[in-house]
Amino acid sequence: MIINTPEPLALVPASPAGRAWRRFRDNKIGMVALGVVLLLALIGVVFFTLNHLGIPFPADPDATNLERKLLAPNAVNWLGTDNLGRDVLSRLLNGAHISLTVGFIAVFVSLFIGVTVGAVAGYFGKWVDNIIMRIVDAIMCFPTFFLILTAVALLGPSIINIVVVIGLVSWTGTARLVRAEFLTLRETSYVQATRALGQQAPRIIFRHILPNAAAPILVTAVLGVPDAILAEAGLSFLGFGVQPPQATWGNIIADGKTYILDAWWLILFPGLAILIAALSFYLAGDALRQAVETRSARQ
Amino acid sequence: MTSFIIRRLLISVLLLFIISVISFFIITLTPGSPYPWGELNPKVSPEVKRVFREKFHLDRPLTEQYTLIMRDLFSGRLRSIKDERPVLEKIGERLPATLVLNLGALALSLSFGLMLGVYGARHAGRLPDVVTSVLAFTFIALPGFWISYLMAIVLVNWAAVPILGTHTIGVDFTNGLEVFLDGWWHIMLPASILAIGGIAVQSRFIRASMIDTLREDYIRTARAKGLDENAVFYRHALRNSIRPLLTGVGMLLPTLISGSVIIESIFAYPGMGRLGYEAVLERDYPTLVALNFVTAALVLGGNLLADLLYAVVDPRVRLE
Repeated sequence: MIINTPEPLALVPASPAGRAWRRFRDNKIGMVALGVVLLLALIGVVFFTLNHLGIPFPADPDATNLERKLLAPNAVNWLGTDNLGRDVLSRLLNGAHISLTVGFIAVFVSLFIGVTVGAVAGYFGKWVDNIIMRIVDAIMCFPTFFLILTAVALLGPSIINIVVVIGLVSWTGTARLVRAEFLTLRETSYVQATRALGQQAPRIIFRHILPNAAAPILVTAVLGVPDAILAEAGLSFLGFGVQPPQATWGNIIADGKTYILDAWWLILFPGLAILIAALSFYLAGDALRQAVETRSARQ
Repeated sequence: MTSFIIRRLLISVLLLFIISVISFFIITLTPGSPYPWGELNPKVSPEVKRVFREKFHLDRPLTEQYTLIMRDLFSGRLRSIKDERPVLEKIGERLPATLVLNLGALALSLSFGLMLGVYGARHAGRLPDVVTSVLAFTFIALPGFWISYLMAIVLVNWAAVPILGTHTIGVDFTNGLEVFLDGWWHIMLPASILAIGGIAVQSRFIRASMIDTLREDYIRTARAKGLDENAVFYRHALRNSIRPLLTGVGMLLPTLISGSVIIESIFAYPGMGRLGYEAVLERDYPTLVALNFVTAALVLGGNLLADLLYAVVDPRVRLE
């Protein structure tokens, strides 16, 4: 006699997050991109720590050596040296945490503003919505990079200024998205019910509606990181990024452009680092979008 | 239609007002001064400073400064702090170059974006689609200044494509056609690099729009009556999913203008982006305010045009 044991229920995770993770795991490109993102984060943390402990590995990123300047990639300096004889590989590794910090904190700033503004506009609707969305429209007309450049140039280029300014001009997309989510969610019966129970607006917004809009917000957050990384690289390139001697991927290229025809390695490698970092965030974000997007079957 | 245009124009005026206020206060509230000499320079007499302040209304309260700047901007009297030339004249001589560069980039973005997006949608879910998707994200992730320098290295060494300016220096073309072709020859590289991100963004929108359209009932009907897949795809579906092409115009414009700040600086291209970069370096407040205003007006105009075209192209859309 054969006893049919029921399928173990654990195979299908009950939580939406668990199911999303399963779908994400099946996306090969997404998993590779996530791996690269984690690797970059590890590089950032490790080399930031090593540098602060004074351990020069693979070399001191700021140590100049004019006898070994502008060397092409070789056995000692794998990615060559710059015009002051500094090791390009060490400078790249030590610039990683700048890009990542700017990316994450700028996104945090823009999420904070975008979610608050969007939630208020979407929840209250009517004239509140009208006024807020007109301001959002106005800001969206600005060429953002120009605005960032203006503000950073006038405020002075420090990492805090850069992060705050990038965050301050990049929240409009999030605000629009959150508003749209709130406009639909506030009409649902469970929100009507909480309102009927006499709960206050802030509680309804943050406890009841926001968690249900978490997935699309998370996706925009991940996709916002590379935008900020690229903006910081552009600023660094124009000389308004984090200031030397701190190496950033953008300012290695900016310094190297003077030697463009003699030292291609000063241009090629930092740019590749920016490209790989930005691309892996975009691909991971896109995979995340596919994993959480259950409403439409769009791939 | 007329009432739609009037209402949109009114909204645009309101938006321009908000934009001018924001840009004015961002520029003036930040620390630092626009004086062409150092703030504490002992060689500059108080009298000179006073005259300078008065000339540019820097001695007035901020709200009054704002109204004065706007008044001068509209009457064409606004002058640059740096060389005291009328700001509108400075922008006017840079505007055509920027328009040509950005319109060229826009045309490239839309056409190549369409091709890439349609190709992706045609093979949705299969290898070519995955490849074009990754390619599109790579395009978005490419730093414009980096690819500019790489192209410069490659082209200087292996091809004779010009990488600086808008025309060949030292050659006087008498023939109008030659001048025109020479201009295009110079604009090709910066416009292509400026367009890279736009191509990618546009291809994603077109692809998504195509895939949505392919699920419509009338597509099923078209297939059911035995049309071959190419006819269904290119005749029925493609026509109905070109809307993002127009939405793209509105969305791409600010991005392109942002991008041209860097691209124009690299390719020594005398456009508005470089004027803005120089104005930032020199803290030329009037020029910066005016530039922000003009670019915002361009973007709003582009958006309005896109919406009007929308109604022309797609009879389902009614403007009210």
